[in-house]
Amino acid sequence: MQSTRPIQTSVAIEDVTRLEERGPLARIVASQPFWVTVAVGLICVATAWYEPDTFPTRDNFFNITRNFAPIGIMAMGMIAVILTRGIDLSVGSMMALVGIATARLLEAGMPWWVGVSAGLGIGLLAGAVNGALVAYVNLPPFVVTLGTLSIYRSLAVVLSENRIIYDFGPGGDVFKEIGGGQVGFPWFDGGTFYLSHQFLVLVVLTCVFGFVFRWVPWGRYLYAIGGNEQAARLTGIPVDRIKLQAYMVCGLTTAIAALMLTGYNGSASNGMGRTWELYVIAAAVIGGTNLMGGEGGAYGGFIGAALIFLIRNSLIMFGVEANWYDLFVGLFIIFAVLLERIRGRTRG
Amino acid sequence: MAVLELRGITKHFGAIEALKGVDMRLESGEVLGLMGDNGAGKSTLVKIIAGNFPPSSGEILIDGVPQHFHKPLDARACGIEVVYQDLALCDNLSAGENVYLGRELRRRWGPISLVDFPRIFERAAELFKELKSETRPRDLVRQMSGGQRQAVAIARTRLSDPKFVLMDEPTAAISVRQVAEVLDLIRRLRDTGHAVMLISHRMPDVFAVSTRIMVLRRGTKVADKPIRDTSPEEVTGLITGAIASA
Repeated sequence: MQSTRPIQTSVAIEDVTRLEERGPLARIVASQPFWVTVAVGLICVATAWYEPDTFPTRDNFFNITRNFAPIGIMAMGMIAVILTRGIDLSVGSMMALVGIATARLLEAGMPWWVGVSAGLGIGLLAGAVNGALVAYVNLPPFVVTLGTLSIYRSLAVVLSENRIIYDFGPGGDVFKEIGGGQVGFPWFDGGTFYLSHQFLVLVVLTCVFGFVFRWVPWGRYLYAIGGNEQAARLTGIPVDRIKLQAYMVCGLTTAIAALMLTGYNGSASNGMGRTWELYVIAAAVIGGTNLMGGEGGAYGGFIGAALIFLIRNSLIMFGVEANWYDLFVGLFIIFAVLLERIRGRTRG
Repeated sequence: MAVLELRGITKHFGAIEALKGVDMRLESGEVLGLMGDNGAGKSTLVKIIAGNFPPSSGEILIDGVPQHFHKPLDARACGIEVVYQDLALCDNLSAGENVYLGRELRRRWGPISLVDFPRIFERAAELFKELKSETRPRDLVRQMSGGQRQAVAIARTRLSDPKFVLMDEPTAAISVRQVAEVLDLIRRLRDTGHAVMLISHRMPDVFAVSTRIMVLRRGTKVADKPIRDTSPEEVTGLITGAIASA
């Protein structure tokens, strides 16, 4: 090649070190949630092309968004915990405990708001038990929540007397409407576009958590603790208290998901949420949350949950047997971590 | 009056006696070089002064008033700032955020208070400029060189106007030019009436900036004298035990 360019006589330090501050657009393109969003888009396009009559419909959109909403809601709290370099394996069992306890109260004739408050309270309490053991007794989060995974499930089974609870008493109508309701939005063709309450709650929570993680001191402390807990302690951040609160927040989002799903199902069973901890953690990880702490965000949890359930929906559309579903979820988890590793390497 | 005075500080961990009754005085405008071999008790002394743990016995006086530190924040509240050997930085956060970690500048947004990133970056940039460091406040600490990381840790001590700055091996991991900058900074602190304690293995650095030198050996103070009355040879002898005390 002929060298016709003028010879560069000086180089900026940035040219050498390549450490120039990246603009907001470059940062978005370099992020994991961006690529997961691209994947979601591609899967949607492919499935819509394959099944133009059933996939790109308002009904199916309603279904998919309704389906992944509980996982997404739980992922918000889970991400708060993982940011501190923790983990909460007990969320699936916690879900059943909240669902059963609330259903028993409603069955006994309590008004809906008592049931809902009690459910949220149980979620906070269950999270506080996890958090206290991790933060103040200094036990490893994996072991603590593995223990409470078993404990909360057992409590749910005992409390349910091994029945499925259908009768939500006089508060049942409102309770079912909260979790199972929908909101209609006028659509271009004069029709109505429905979105489930569950999905709308997920959207609101994603915005709230995204905001808290980015701008509120409490959220920044989660990142600091995950980055270097000792440093966070030395600079006076109340590390133990914030860890406790992170697990409580995780309990709260789990309770929200449990209450809404119980209302939507119209029944509570003690098998609710079994193995869901895996989907919740998968949603967080696929969305770019680093299990080693200090990295991740709320939108990642949203789009990670969307991807997981979109895969299920698309596999059904493509006529793949449902039993293959978990295999694909597993592949996506590994692929997501691999992608993270590759990006980490290019970052240096 | 001494800015910092230690009286009969001892510390034992189980059967191990890390410090066996150390006395120390430090006036403002002084730079005390603390030297000693590994295991001499330097880190233990640093951690006691920084408030990481209390001494087993003995007294800490700040401006002549006895103080009890239960956590690092207590020491900071008394005007003690510490640059830790491992720098205590969060790799996943920006330089600016690290400088203000734990004392973020905030702004009100309705009922909630938010981290004021623009002001943090602006103030951090000024601090880095003051330190003559090419550290950009928005860069992640993960991407930084040893000297830049050092600048972040040192910039923290400039947020308040501390009486006393404790530097644990501040020149161990940085380039020659950056060492000169850190030593300049120590001189500037000295000239503005701060008391500085410099813990270092690097004899030339200690002799370049210290006004006084103190040597610990096996938990006991074996020397404490003005820098002009000693020499690197004598200090080496004191550290190794070739010279019993001076």
